[in-house]
Amino acid sequence: MMSFSAVIGSVELGLIYAILALGVFLSYRTLNTADLTVDGSVVTGAAVSAMLCSIGVHPLASLLVAFAAGACAGAITSLLNIKLKIEPLLSGILVMLGLYSINMHIMGNRANLALLKSPTLYKIVESALPGFDHSALLVSGLFLAIIVIGFYLFLNTRLGYCLRATGDNEYMVRASGINSNAMKILGLAMANGFVGLAGGLLAQYQSYAEIGMGTGIVVIGLASVIIGETIFEFFAKSIPLLLRLVAVCVGSVLYRLAIAFAISAGMPANDMKLISALIVTVALSVGPLKAWGRQLLGSAFSKPSGKEARQ
Amino acid sequence: MIRIQHLSKTFNPGTINEKPALQDIDLELNRGDFVTVIGGNGAGKSTLMNCISGVIPADCGTILLDGKDITRLPEHKRSLYIGRVFQDPLKGTAFDMTIEQNLAIAFAKGKSHGFQPGISKKERELFREKLALLDMGLEDRMTQKVSLLSGGQRQALTLFMAILVKPVLLLLDEHTAALDPATAKKVLELTDLFAESPDMCTLMITHNMSDALSHGNRTILMNDGRIAMDICGEERDAMTVESLIEAFDIKNDRMLLK
Repeated sequence: MMSFSAVIGSVELGLIYAILALGVFLSYRTLNTADLTVDGSVVTGAAVSAMLCSIGVHPLASLLVAFAAGACAGAITSLLNIKLKIEPLLSGILVMLGLYSINMHIMGNRANLALLKSPTLYKIVESALPGFDHSALLVSGLFLAIIVIGFYLFLNTRLGYCLRATGDNEYMVRASGINSNAMKILGLAMANGFVGLAGGLLAQYQSYAEIGMGTGIVVIGLASVIIGETIFEFFAKSIPLLLRLVAVCVGSVLYRLAIAFAISAGMPANDMKLISALIVTVALSVGPLKAWGRQLLGSAFSKPSGKEARQ
Repeated sequence: MIRIQHLSKTFNPGTINEKPALQDIDLELNRGDFVTVIGGNGAGKSTLMNCISGVIPADCGTILLDGKDITRLPEHKRSLYIGRVFQDPLKGTAFDMTIEQNLAIAFAKGKSHGFQPGISKKERELFREKLALLDMGLEDRMTQKVSLLSGGQRQALTLFMAILVKPVLLLLDEHTAALDPATAKKVLELTDLFAESPDMCTLMITHNMSDALSHGNRTILMNDGRIAMDICGEERDAMTVESLIEAFDIKNDRMLLK
């Protein structure tokens, strides 16, 4: 059985990963591209934020820089795609690969960077609220809430409309006098900005940044998006935008809880990535799986209808 | 109004698949013109439109719109002066957004795309009032997603979006070809209504020769990347589908369908 503190820990982590998942939502759902930059840009965000914290920059300011660094990575991926005509998937992989070296440089050629003695947002809030046990929950939750609301408001501005339409239909966007390429760059930059921010917050939460922390992160983001959507769609056919964003956050927290539960039930931590890959595979194949299920059930249980029987 | 000079386009130049799609096209449209364009497959009709709208760059020649040289402008900048409706009803609208959001994007053409609200209350009222012109009940469904609309409704909406901010030129690329006859008729009626605007000229590609003669005030026939016929006025009034076929020996089954 999971302890209460393990549950709280998972929720805290889930809230941070939700910011990343919102970035994945933006690239995967809104812009309709699978962006693999994420695996690299989350480390970039963590490395930037950790490095800045360790040299005395205010943790909050370091998060802004983490956002900007992630955004640059996303913009580069998009530019590779638009200007050099490299496939979106490959552009993401190239940037992700290149970021590995850059991330090492940011961390001063170390594979990890501990923040044991440096101030972090979590430490600051914890010492500001003595006697309050859940300051980490407060910090992550507050951050996420601001981002969800801000993101929602942005998506309802004129610029946000253009961004959403670009993922839907580029022809229409260009026919409406909008530079669809600029929208794609903006979108991927924003998406990876969120990812970088999540990375920075994660580094401050766990008090270290590590070069390998990004491996498979994009899959976790996707899993969160899909889990959340699947659950919410269970209750309503069409979900308003704000609830879709909330669904992504819920999905992220549920994913963390599920993993923590599996580990407490005895799953080796090394199997986590395999399980994540399986979850996303199943979630992405819901359509075909349903069709197969209907076929199987249909052939086994269906009786010929009256019309067929007459023939 | 719009003046096209020496416009040429060759696909796959220097290869075995080389195809001259437009050969030295000269065309001048006047304010208020509604020109129908006919011609067999591969005659260059769509290429002409794509060169005008900037989807594909022309090899040579110039396109002047209201005296302004738009030949080298990117597609999205030309769109500020050009309204377009595509053959595929899916291409004209953002399916995962609502009707009013689609209209808001069309309405923001040429304005700044910043952090202002995507749609204002005033705009919403304006859209509601104007949508009623389509007579399709869309004004009561403004917050529904476009994905719920039929092909005909989408095409009518796209047409409406194309003329919402008064373009100089309206390009219609077989915009009724994918619709059933009754819906096609309705969309064509709307086209006639909107094309009446005296400050805009309209270029409509159609495969339907009787439509080509019964709509608009001028008809162009394209063949092998050239303008083979350009009629208006009495000459056009006297023209029938039969005489068109006879005169130009058109061997295209699709064009014979009325």
